Amino acid sequence: MMAFEYLIVFLALLLCSIMAMIRVIRGPTAPDRIVGLDTINTIVIVLMVVFGAAFNEVIYIDVAIVYALLSFISTLFIAKYLEGGEF
Amino acid sequence: MLAFVVTTIICFITYLLLTTGSGTRILGLWSLYEILFGVILSLIVGFIARTIFVKDNFRMANPVRWITFLVYVIGPFFVAMAKANLDVAYRVITGKINPGIVKISPDLKTDLVITLLANSITLTPGTLTVDIDENKNDLYIHWINVKKEAIAKKPVDCKYICSNFHNWIRRIAE
Amino acid sequence: MFEIIIYILLGVGVFFNLLAGIGLLRFPDVYTRLHAGTKCTTFGSIFLVGSVVLLGLKNWWIGDTNGSVLAIHSIVALAAILITNPTGAHAIARAAHRSGVKPIGAVVDDLKNMTVAKTMKKKSAVKKKSEAEK
Repeated sequence: MMAFEYLIVFLALLLCSIMAMIRVIRGPTAPDRIVGLDTINTIVIVLMVVFGAAFNEVIYIDVAIVYALLSFISTLFIAKYLEGGEF
Repeated sequence: MLAFVVTTIICFITYLLLTTGSGTRILGLWSLYEILFGVILSLIVGFIARTIFVKDNFRMANPVRWITFLVYVIGPFFVAMAKANLDVAYRVITGKINPGIVKISPDLKTDLVITLLANSITLTPGTLTVDIDENKNDLYIHWINVKKEAIAKKPVDCKYICSNFHNWIRRIAE
Repeated sequence: MFEIIIYILLGVGVFFNLLAGIGLLRFPDVYTRLHAGTKCTTFGSIFLVGSVVLLGLKNWWIGDTNGSVLAIHSIVALAAILITNPTGAHAIARAAHRSGVKPIGAVVDDLKNMTVAKTMKKKSAVKKKSEAEK
């Protein structure tokens, strides 16, 4: 029913994550790359939720919840590694 | 004992939220076996995690505080967040920035309060929490548009950074 | 009418997410990029997930069980985003400052004098305390 409008949303979010990917590739320092990675994570979570609504498949949203928590932990670990402290 | 009960109830509510749609037996959302398994699982988790989840006292187990929290999130916090995004949009398009890192001392005590305030500051206009002095609970804040009159006095007054959020948060969680 | 509301919410959400991408490319240093990357994506996510919640509630009202699951699980995912996103931003900002990235064109920097040595001292003090407890 609403497939075409959701297609536009997917393409826009894809464009947004491509811009973040450019920052990941070009970033002069390591924290710049992590900022890009964190932004990509958030966009992917939202993309999964909208996917679930577009195809009326609930399982995508469960995957989004798990991905949100796991990506948060990975961000914390990379930040801790950059900081150079002990774990 | 009370810690065990509180932890179990919160675990069970989380379990119910995550397993909606497992059946149509109870309220059209859950199946009977799912509920039984959830009760057993949350009893086990509540027994294991009772000393971790509840630290010292039960002041957050008060519905008035939850309602205040909801009012805070929907009312002033959402308005400030909308303003923050329009502000960032303006700065993205024009490229005018005037950054700096300033220090504020909001005079709050417990960890939960500091976390709430730091997250509120990060999501509201032009400010981002960078670091925290754990001995004195001072926050170091990156400010995208530093005002001249604000940095004359050190530490900077709270009202420039977080208009009256610290009063709200003190009412919610202290 | 109902679909128009959903389209408006989707449009606002996509606009703010695109703004985050442009901000990531345009701003000069890590901290200002974090401003764009954190605030705009969180705000855009609220609108995008909000439209999904509205769609789920409408389906639930019609009588589809899938709709209820869609709405409730989307709210849980939104809560996860709202809690984890600013916390991750703090971690990145702190790591950037401790690894020596200075804010470009800063008017004032109160944190400049706090060096890594001080935090190391604090950590060793904590370790001594835990050893004394043993």
